[in-house]
Formats: sequence, C-alpha cells, structure tokens
Amino acid sequence: MLELSINGEAHRAEVTADVPLLWVLRDVLGMTGTKFGCGIAQCGACTVHLDGQPVRSCQLPVGLVGARKITTVEGVGATPAGAAVQKAWLDLDVIQCGYCQSGQIMSAAALIAATPAPTDADIDAAMAGNICRCGTYVRIREGIKKAAAEHHA
Amino acid sequence: MAIRTRTIALLVGAVVVIGGGGIAGRMLFLPGPLDFAGGTRVALADYKAPSPVGVPAELANASLIEKGRYLTDAADCRACHTAKGGTPFAGGRPFKLPFGTLYTPNITPDKATGIGNWTDAQFLRAVHQGISADGTRLYPAFPYASYSLMPDGDVLAIKAYLFSLQPVRQANLPNSFTFPYNQRWLMGFWGYFFNKDKRFEAIAERSPEWNRGAYLVEGPAHCGECHTPRTLAQAMNTRQKFAGGAAEGWNAYNITGDRTTGIGAWSKPEIEAYLSTGHANGRGVASGPMREAVDLSFSKLTKGDIAAIATYLQTIPPIHSARLGAPAAFAAASHAQGPTDNPIGKRVFEQACVSCHAWSGKGALVADAQLTAKKAVGDPTAANVALMVLQGTVPQTAGRPYMPGFAHSYSDTEIAAVANYVTARFGTMPSKIAPKEVGKLRAE
Amino acid sequence: MNAAAPTRRQLLHGIAAGGFVLAVGLAGGQLAVAGDSAHAAAFAPDAFIRIGTDGATTLIMPQVEMGQGIYTTLAMLIAEELDADLATVTLAEAPPSDALYGNPLFKVQMTGGSTSVRAYFVPMRKAGAAARAMLVQAAAARWNVDPATCTTESGQVHHAASSRSIGYGAVAGAAARLKPPAEPMLKDPKAFRLVGKPHRRLDTAHKVDGSLQYGIDAMPEGVKFATLCASPVLGGKVAHVDDSQAKALPGVRQIIVLDDIVAVVGDHMWAAKQGLDALAITWNDGANAAVSTETLWQGLQAAAAQPGIAVTKGAVVDPNAEGVVSAYYEIPALAHAPMEPMNCTVHVKPGACELWVGTQVSTMAQGIAAKVLGLPPEAVTLNNHLIGGGFGRRLEVDMVEKAVRVAQKVDGPVKVVWTREEDIQKARYRSIYGSWLRAKLDQGKLVAWEHKVVGPAVIARFLPPAFTGGIDPDAIDGAVETPYALPNPATRYVRHEPVGIETCFWRGVGPNNNVFSTECFVDLLANKAGKDPLDYRRSLTDPKGRARHVLDLAAEKAGWGTPLPARSGRGICLQFAFGSYLATIAEVAVADDGTVRVQRLVTAVDCGVTVNPDGVVAQIQGGHVFGLSAVLHQQITLEKGRVQQSNFHDYRVLRIDEMPQIEVHLVPSGEAPGGIGEPGTVSVQPAVANAVYAATGMQLTRMPIDPNLIARKA
Ligand code: FES
Ligand code: FES
Repeated sequence: MLELSINGEAHRAEVTADVPLLWVLRDVLGMTGTKFGCGIAQCGACTVHLDGQPVRSCQLPVGLVGARKITTVEGVGATPAGAAVQKAWLDLDVIQCGYCQSGQIMSAAALIAATPAPTDADIDAAMAGNICRCGTYVRIREGIKKAAAEHHA
Repeated sequence: MAIRTRTIALLVGAVVVIGGGGIAGRMLFLPGPLDFAGGTRVALADYKAPSPVGVPAELANASLIEKGRYLTDAADCRACHTAKGGTPFAGGRPFKLPFGTLYTPNITPDKATGIGNWTDAQFLRAVHQGISADGTRLYPAFPYASYSLMPDGDVLAIKAYLFSLQPVRQANLPNSFTFPYNQRWLMGFWGYFFNKDKRFEAIAERSPEWNRGAYLVEGPAHCGECHTPRTLAQAMNTRQKFAGGAAEGWNAYNITGDRTTGIGAWSKPEIEAYLSTGHANGRGVASGPMREAVDLSFSKLTKGDIAAIATYLQTIPPIHSARLGAPAAFAAASHAQGPTDNPIGKRVFEQACVSCHAWSGKGALVADAQLTAKKAVGDPTAANVALMVLQGTVPQTAGRPYMPGFAHSYSDTEIAAVANYVTARFGTMPSKIAPKEVGKLRAE
Repeated sequence: MNAAAPTRRQLLHGIAAGGFVLAVGLAGGQLAVAGDSAHAAAFAPDAFIRIGTDGATTLIMPQVEMGQGIYTTLAMLIAEELDADLATVTLAEAPPSDALYGNPLFKVQMTGGSTSVRAYFVPMRKAGAAARAMLVQAAAARWNVDPATCTTESGQVHHAASSRSIGYGAVAGAAARLKPPAEPMLKDPKAFRLVGKPHRRLDTAHKVDGSLQYGIDAMPEGVKFATLCASPVLGGKVAHVDDSQAKALPGVRQIIVLDDIVAVVGDHMWAAKQGLDALAITWNDGANAAVSTETLWQGLQAAAAQPGIAVTKGAVVDPNAEGVVSAYYEIPALAHAPMEPMNCTVHVKPGACELWVGTQVSTMAQGIAAKVLGLPPEAVTLNNHLIGGGFGRRLEVDMVEKAVRVAQKVDGPVKVVWTREEDIQKARYRSIYGSWLRAKLDQGKLVAWEHKVVGPAVIARFLPPAFTGGIDPDAIDGAVETPYALPNPATRYVRHEPVGIETCFWRGVGPNNNVFSTECFVDLLANKAGKDPLDYRRSLTDPKGRARHVLDLAAEKAGWGTPLPARSGRGICLQFAFGSYLATIAEVAVADDGTVRVQRLVTAVDCGVTVNPDGVVAQIQGGHVFGLSAVLHQQITLEKGRVQQSNFHDYRVLRIDEMPQIEVHLVPSGEAPGGIGEPGTVSVQPAVANAVYAATGMQLTRMPIDPNLIARKA
C-alpha cells in the first residue's frame, strides 16, 4: 500500500512500485485530468508537479515519489501561479481540443512560479517538451506572458 | 563484445610490414593478461583452492547442458551469433567493417548450415585457435585470443549446450570482403603472434575470488577485447590494459583503477550493480554493446561471479586517459546558464531531452537519467552520446525507463549539435563532433 | 476533485427527438446538472433547443467539439436568433440519429470537411428564430398584445409599451403547444448581437482544471483496462501466442486472442501494457509482407501513367509540344496522431451495449458496434465525448469495432486504450497522392492547362452515394475550382488505392494534394515565364475578385518584395477551397545543411461571414502548425509491410520553439460562410515549399522537405 500526497490530500493506492504515477492517478485513483499522450516522456501531456517541479508522470515509477507532494491539474488552481495560468488561458482562449492542456498548464504554472517575466527563450526551454497537436502555441506563449505579468504584479 | 570496427586493413598492412622488415618486438611480444599481477602461476590441475574455472558452486550438480548454458551466457555467444529479430544462435548479424560486412555464422546444431557436424576437436580448435572445421582461418573479430584461456571442459560444456538447441536451417551469409582482406590465411600470422593459445593459470598469492574474477574477465567475458586499446597490428595492447577501446563505433571506456577517468572511485557494490543491472547510481548506464553484454550475459551470472569480477577489476593498475574529461559538477538548473554558442543543440535538448534529463543533468525522474559525471559526457569525441541519441536504449528488463532513438527524426546536424551541447553542458571537455561523423555513426 | 462531476451524463427528455438525449453538459463557464423534471415538461420545438419551465436552456449540438470551437459557433448561431443568454445555456451532445442530426451536406451525422458552419449557418439560425417566435407568441397571448410589439433579449420577452417582461421558462409550456412557423423570420445581419463578434469559447472552462472527460477518461463502474496489438502488417493474422510470461505478471487479468488482434485486460493500463509486452506473438503477415515505401511510390507512379477519367472538358496537353512545362508532385502517407490516443470503452450486456467514445460520426460508431454484436442500432447506447483531437482520424470507427470485439470477451465494462505506438503503426493514414501538371506557355502567357490527380477514392468507402462516375469529389477538390482564370483546363482523375495501407481523411483532405501541386506549379510557371510569383498570380486572377483581394492583402502585410538575406525566401499559396479564400505567405531561411526554419507566416482570409472571428483566427493558427509539422517533419514509411514510425520521437510534431511568427488578417465579408478548419493546413505547405524554392532555386516536388536536396554543396 502506497501513501501519496496529491493536491494536499492523502491518498492510498495498492499498486506495485514500478507502476508509473500516470496510471496510478488515472486508473487507480480515477483522477483523469492528467493525460496519457505518448508514454515515453516526449509529449508532456502527463505533466504533474512534484514539490512544485514539473515532471512527466508517465515515466515516473510511483515507488520513487516518496513523501514528495504531487500537484495535478485538478489541484493546480489552488496555487497562485496555477490560477493565473488558468485565467490567462480562458481570457485568451488558448485552448482548442484541450487534451494537451493539462500538461501545458502544469508546465506553464511551474515556469511562471519560478520566473517573474519569462522571455521567449525561457518559454521555449520550459514548454518545448509539451506537444500541442491542435497548434495552440501562439496563444500559449501569449498566455504565459499574461499570466506571469498578472501573477507577479 | 567480441566484434568491433577494428581496422583489419591496418592489421593486414602491419603483418605485411612485419613480414617484410620486422618491426619492434615490442609490438609482437606483449605482456600476458595477468602479468600485471605478478605472483606465482599455478596450472589449474595443481591449484588447490576452489577452481576458478567452470561454473559457480550453485551449479555444481547441474547437468552438462545447464552448465554449458551458464558458460555460454558468460561468454556472451548469443549477442553476436543472433541477427536482429532472428533466432538465437542462428547467426547472420552483420558487422560493418571498413572493407566490407562480416556476418556471424550459424552455431545451432543444424548439420547443413550450422555446426551440427563438428567434432569436439574441431570445436575446440575453433574456440582456442580460430580455425574453422574446414580449416579456414577465422577473423579475430571472433575473440579466440581470449577464449583460448578457457579449459577444454568449459568449451565442451558450451558445445553440449549449443548441441541441445533446436537446429535452425539458415545458411551463412558470405562476407563481402575484397582482396586482400578476403585472404583468410593471413590470419594465421596474426594468431601466431597474438593468440598464446594457453589455458588459464591461477595466481597462488591471490584469493580464489580474485582468480575466479580473473578467469571470467580475461576468458569468457573477454572484456579486454573492447576495453583495451589495440596496437597497430590490432592486438590488444596489454601495456595499456583496460585503458579504453572501441566497439561498433562506441567508445569502451577506461575500466582501470584510475580515479577520475577509470573506475577507481567506484565502490565494489557500484561495479556489481552496473554489471548486473546496467546501471550504477551516478556512475553510468550501460548503452550500446555494453547494454547487450549486461542484458545477455552479466545479468545472468550469479552474485558470486559478479562479485568476483568486481574484485578482480578493482586490482587493475590505474592508467589515466588524458583524452577523457574528469567528471563535472551538476549543471545549473536553469537553461539560461550554460553553453550559449549552440542554439540548435539547445533546441533539440529542450525538445527531446530535458523532460527526462533535466537542465541540471541530474535526471528529472529516475537516477538512470543522470547525465552529469557519466563517462560519455566527458568524452570529447562525443561518439557515445551521439550513438545514444541515434539508437536510444531499450533494456530487456521490463518496466524500467528507456530512451527512444532519434535517428529518424533529427538530422546529422541536429544530432551533432545536441551531442556537443550535452558534452559542453555536462562535461569538462566539450566535444566538436561534426555532422559527417554522426552520419558515419548512423551507419553503424 | 470537483464535487459535481461535470461529465455526468444527464438524461434530457428529448420530446422531438423521440428518445433520450445523452448529454455531456456544458454551460457557459459552469456545468449545469440540469433538473430532469424541468426538462420533462420542456419546450422542445425541434431537435436542437430545450427550454425548461425554470428557463434552463439546453442546446443540442449536432456537430462534435474536437477543438475547432464548433460548440461555441453553433450555440452563437442559435442564441443569436433565439436571443438566449449564452452565459447560462447548457450545451449537450446530440445522440446518434442521422434523421435528426445528419449533417445537411452529407445526410449523415458527421463532423468534418470544414462543413459545420457552411452546413449549419442557416438551419441553426432558423431553429433559434422559430423557437423565439413561438415563445414570443406565447407571451403575447398571455398579455393579450400583438406579438409584433414584443422584443426579446437574454432569455426574456419584453413588451415595452406595458413595461412587462417574462422569462422564457414561464412561457415554455404554452409555447410547446404552438405550431412552429414554417418559415421563421431571420434577423437582418445588421442586427446581429453575437454573430461576427469575438466570443469566448463555451467548451473550455472544464478544460483548464482537468474536469472535462474525454472518451479516454470514461470510468463506468467496475471498468477494467485493456490495450491491444493488431497485426503489424495490414491483413496479417495471429499465428501463435505464448502467454506464459504475461499471465504471471501482477495486475494482468485476461489475455484475449482474436483472429487479427491480441489484447490484454488488466487492473490498469500499465498492467495491460506490461502484459502485452510480455506476450510472444507470432504473426502470419499475409499478402502485404513485402510492402515498403518504395512499393507505395512505385504503385502511385505506375498509376500516374494512366489517362484517368476526365473531370473537366479541356483538352489534354501534348507533353512534347513547344512551350510545355510539366511537373509531377507527390505527398507522403501521414498519421493523424491526435493527442488523445485511440480509445473506446465498451460494456457488452445481454442484448445491449453501451459505448463511451469521442467520435466524429455518432451513427457510424453506433452502427459498427451493432454490427459486430448482431444487435439493432437502438440497442447500442452511445455516450459521445468531447474529442482530444480528430483531424479526420475519428471519422473512422475502427477503434470502436476493435474495442467491441475485445469487450465481447470481457465480463463487465472495459476501456480499450491504444498505446501511442499502436496509434501510429496500426492506423488509417492520409494516403500518398500524386499530381501531374502540364501547361503550355506562349511567350509567358498561359494557354493550356492540365492537371491529373492520382490518389485513392476514400469517399467510395466512406460515403458511397457521393462517389459517382468513378470520381472522388474530395480527391479533386481544389483542382477543378482554382482561384485562377485558367484556359479551358483539363482535369483528370486516376483512382489509385495504395496496397498495404488503409487510407482515410486527414486535415486539409483533397486540397492538400491539389493546392500543393497547383501552387508549386504556378511558381514553376512564373519562373519559366520570368515573372515574379506575386505578379504572375495577379495576372491570373480577377482584379475585383476575392482571390485577388486576399492575395494583395497578404502580400502587403508580408512586405512582399522587400529584401531578405541569402538563402532566405518568401513563398505564396493562393487557394480557394472549402468555400474560403486564403493567401498565405511564408518566409523561410535555409541553413547550409538544408535545415529549413520557417520564420513568419502571413495569411489573409476571406471565409465569408464569420460567426466567431477569434475562432477563425485560432483555426488558421492551428491549421498552420498542423501543416508545418507535415511539411517539415512527417511521413509514414513502411518496410516489410510494417510502419517504421512509432511515437513522437520519430513522428515529429512541431514544437513551440520551432514556431514562426503567425499573422492572420480577416477580410470582412458578407458572402456565404466558408470552411476554416482545413484551409490553414493546406495553404502552409505550398507556401513553405515555394519559399524554399525562392531561397534555394530548387523546387522540391515531394514532401516532406528533404534537407539533403537543398543543402549547400560543399
Ligand atoms: S504521456 Fe508522458 S510525456 Fe507523453
Ligand atoms: S489543444 Fe488539442 S492538442 Fe493541444
């Protein structure tokens, strides 16, 4: 039995330590906001925060999480950076199909939490691991700048 | 790994030169594999402690075939004698050499296309002397210079195991060598000088564990074939024992006791973990041919044998590799610090690499993904980094993270750039691998 | 997790629908779990509008939302005429019914081909207008005033003279008893409150907090998880499966071996996947074992030698005549790779079946499940979900069929999810296509034109009634009607079905091939005629036409003709397709090794009346990115019958750090609305190819761009 702290709540899961966190979240705990896109850390759809750091949950064996705090898209709105990103995303209508956006929002929230005024290079460095097949990149870039400005205002 | 892109071109040339004028004896008369250790040599028959050869104690009561299977794994016959996706031991794996392609032969007991008709004597002669059943000379890509340390009993156990397999009818592919490289008889000269054809002898002053390790490392596991540099005549240069060689385009790094460029700073458990799982935290991840050696050979050996190998390796005299950088500290956590002159490399890194490896090189998810302090990132040729990016690695051990290969989606320029970015960011000796060289590695 | 699971399916009693409406409800920002009782007596004048006695308004969406923003657009159209308050309406997915929800252009319930606005612009408004008229009539009757003296706004009827107002809910019951007007009066466009003004999307509030459930997120009680592996070679069969290792793995529950599929059911996807990986499967590859990329191209080229069927009357051009320019262009096979991998959750029960899936074709999905199970379609309940990317892939129902076949062997509901590898390697693909173009120039003047299109007839399988006279109307789309005044063109079609891959529609569809080839060829002609590509196009277009207008606008905004550094260039695509005019100008820089960096894209669009202009811009931006991935990175190749790409590491998708600057300029227009989902994907491909031509002098005739061909020779 594994103990996990997710979005500030304690959760238990009966799984072997090798199961990637992604599947524990989605299939065992029923938290389907975190998405499966590739399974090989190449698309970013499964991004969650571990102690605030963005990580690809599809490649993270749940046994390695330990006491670190997990934040998912379901809980990121409770953080100031996450709320700022969500708001900017709605204000600018960033989203199309939305399937990649859980991951985009998690990566973006981690970025603006750490970087007050992200440059284009900062955005590239933080977001190039997140694929959007609908092609919302133009607005993701704008959204990050807007969210950062409001968050750090 | 038994086969490497050693330049037999040079070998042939060297033999000719030697025949013509006779160059320094230094080149022809090299120290034996255990000469560094000193002490008193004891023939196996006279060695009183537990035997360093054969199978470990756990298999003492096993059948000959079971014993043979263990030794076949220890000698890693399968890796070379299996084509990609093909039947094990049926041969056909290509090795691209500069003068043509060599295909490994079928060693299943099929009478028409395999070794089903071989006698014990023929099999022994092949493994010890590099002479095929029909009398033709084998290229030393087949590591008989190491295998000749194996006593008859071990070799015949392997034969017994191979003969227990399902025969596979699969004709050998002809090697595509041109003159003079197709002149196999020339190999006779090579064998004469560079294969002592002498069985393993223990060293009385050393522990039984050390002797067991010595046997495995020098004989069946044939570590030196890749990890020892070659002389001009393509013999293992035992004066530079284990100071680093090459295999299929990959650099096989220094495994001497040198603390910065060898494995002198590795603990014994680290060496053991590396060999049995392909990964030692903060030390290295087995890739390319070494990954195969781990998956198909070392991971199948008993704990005791792995410990013996580690014990032996820890006694190899240190040799410093001047052309290998010392390990670096972790890189900055931010992309903004670090190499600034390589935008293409940085772009590829941020697209495809950083999710797992992190800007710091610590590894974002699992310890395997650490880049910092890995030998490959301290290698200014960047060959292993580039090959890793091209081929990726897929460990057989299920459930472990793996790395996909990017050969099909990034150009030579991009792969060269990212390799140079990685060595600059995470190593101490930045590389300058060129797209052209990546193109060559791609063909490996 | 949110307390009110926002994707709870609500049973909305659809009176006109004569059955249940299973709704994934979304309400302007908030999800309304609408009270069923309110809807039981609701006003349901047609298949699209439900108003409860409490005024709760639900709009039934006949087109699926897959990112294109159609929920917002359709809701705007209805709300415009209904004068409903968009901030409070609930949007619900239509249940499967061709009769009620068939796309007016196809007669089948289907979302695709950039048809939604074109097909629904009038019907949705009529629905809203009719409902409004009935509500007004009911209110007027109650007040005993002339309906013509009443006005409506935000879900209320007003009577100014008596300062009375009443909510739609209060008169819903009375309105329901009235007869809908035969020809409802539509608003004068000048009076539009919503149409033509940017509006926030209505489907995204639940996309920012992870609460929206896509098909892949369906979690019916007791669901198990499965993943599958189909034959790596099209048409291959399972020969043997050794499951000794897989069976022993933790969490593996069931191994299902069908004729051509092997599936593993587990406690979670990881267990299922580990189980599948541990199976030793031997396949009988069958007839396609020797298929390769080379055989695909050869087949296409062989077909290209045939004369084909004449689509237009012009005379073919003699290739040997003087002044004739010929060129052959090819585009590769492509996978869709939508971000949401293929999936379908199925519960097979005695005599019934329930499906949870996101599909572009509800009735086809329902139908295939019914067919597999030998049930009537009504026995199959479909829960259609919002889609995590369609691009044509979810016009196919193979994922439903496979999932149902697996689920037949499983007790209870099972969610079948494809790995990304399966998604890329066992997909249906955009076909390879070829185009032969020939033109005769007389002192630079275009005097004859021939275009022979070579490609599959996807429509013959997909929508047989639309396949007439041996001509696939999609395959030739963009080849017959061009933005140019062509001299009596000869357009021909050679049907060629590639051997070894299954083909289907892909974002941009037929025009991908036809606009790519035509626009590259126009550049080639300009070059032969010694003309600037912009001037040459201008000379072929009507100075007063919409094509010329977008062309000039894009050229002006892009700074056409201003100097660029060496090995940089601009390229134009001018297109008329899906009822919309687009001009895209790409600016590229080609590195010495042939790597192409697209710096800037400027697109001018005239798509007629726009409902939600910001949505149009988003579709062009997204379409450009989709097309850029194709032109720069993607192709599906085969060896020994097997697809060689497998995941995003070798089937590359454009990433944010490769993005050019994108500018979209909308031309205000009162013309009939055109499609907008596909055109941006189409136009960017020839624009980039032409820019590379300008930068290097080398015209590339096969996509994607091969850097080796344009590398600077050392
Ligand atoms: S699913 Fe984890 S990165 Fe794609
Ligand atoms: S919004 Fe659809 S994949 Fe990003």
